[in-house]
Amino acid sequence: MKIVIVDYGIGNVQSIFNALSQFKNVNVILSDSQDEIMRADGLILPGVGAFKRAMKELKRRNLPNVLGSYILQGKPLLGICLGMQLLFERSEEFGYTEGLGFIKGSVEYFPGDVSDKLPHVSWNSIEKQELSWSDTIFSDIKNKDNFYFVHSYICKPKDQSIILSKTKYGGIDFCSSIRQGSIHACQFHPEKSANSGLNVMKNFIDIVKKGE
Amino acid sequence: MNKVRIIARIDINNDSVVKGKCLEGLRKIGRPNEMSKKYYEEGIDEIVFLDAVASLYDRNSLIDILKQATKETFIPITIGGGIKTIKDIKDALSAGADKVAINTQAVKNLDFIREAAEMFGSQAIVGSVVARRHRYRWEAFIDNAKHRAHKDATDWAAELEKAGVGEIMVTSIDNDGRQKGFDVDLVDALTKRVNIPVIASGGAGSSNDIIKLCKNTNCDAVAVASLIHYGVENISEIKSNMKRNNIRVRL
Repeated sequence: MKIVIVDYGIGNVQSIFNALSQFKNVNVILSDSQDEIMRADGLILPGVGAFKRAMKELKRRNLPNVLGSYILQGKPLLGICLGMQLLFERSEEFGYTEGLGFIKGSVEYFPGDVSDKLPHVSWNSIEKQELSWSDTIFSDIKNKDNFYFVHSYICKPKDQSIILSKTKYGGIDFCSSIRQGSIHACQFHPEKSANSGLNVMKNFIDIVKKGE
Repeated sequence: MNKVRIIARIDINNDSVVKGKCLEGLRKIGRPNEMSKKYYEEGIDEIVFLDAVASLYDRNSLIDILKQATKETFIPITIGGGIKTIKDIKDALSAGADKVAINTQAVKNLDFIREAAEMFGSQAIVGSVVARRHRYRWEAFIDNAKHRAHKDATDWAAELEKAGVGEIMVTSIDNDGRQKGFDVDLVDALTKRVNIPVIASGGAGSSNDIIKLCKNTNCDAVAVASLIHYGVENISEIKSNMKRNNIRVRL
């Protein structure tokens, strides 16, 4: 089984590589090549930092089109942190930046009435919504389990039914993960969330295995 | 209130973990990767590796330790000590660090912080403020507490925030390694000056010291060294005591 981590020159991809390498029978590759991505059994879109720069780097490598074709194959994709945000139609970071548009909705700064410090740098808990967690990246995760978050922007999906979990910070309930068809994405960093995070990785690998 | 993060602070000289008092008289007390792995397994929330003499001797020996740590610990890792260039940061992040802590080079050239935050994002840049009490104020120090920065520590923290750091780690020189508690006034003054997360470092001798700090300041994280290095309390004892005292932690 081959999992490709999209390496487009932004963020800490080594940690995701190391976390996935914990598991047997998983061939993990860092790549930005169209061939590697299209032939992957599972794809991870990582990212930290600025939305605008990330989109620029993706476009420079023609990756928006490649990722679109990959998703059309119906194979699993996991977006992490900024990699989740990039899946949306647009971000208001630095004005307005167009995203990949695979998920309907926008990425916005935490609302003005957030009563705590930004960026949100913290271990925080995820809460179940209406969408079932079985056969998702949370299949064996306990409700309210803790994960590591670092971000100032939040995803606002248009379709509420794709929200897999919400998290509360500074009095604001925000969408901390989604599942839409073969696409999973989480705002937190599973590769930095100790055993709970490694479990999320393992669940993603299981999803990839089923699709093989 | 957020969950308070407990961070293992591991000061390093060459390939050994060192600890002193007031950032002086460093003694070797263990192997970095053995200690980071142990703390990870015990439930620490984050790890900070600091090259204790890097900015004095102009070198950075942390990359190998970092590479090993990121293979066996899956929590945020910060490295600091002797970071001077954009390339230093790039090397650290591509070796698996999530954040870099910068003190001396920020004092010498604040534009370096602006450039770094722009390039890697604020979340990757921690402003390290090393402070010594001077009457009713605190003076900032550089070069591992050897030289004055000629800045008020709380003013300096505010400047760092404005330049784009995502967090501030404040170390009390007076309290470091003494295990008699944090400089609560310093942490309080500093958290009131900035709107970004603050990590308090220097002085933790027991979980009660951490509880006292959390009850009296709005700090977001605490760095512990002697307390866990010398086995006074382990991480789960620290966290359970905090929880018993109604401080939110990740268990």
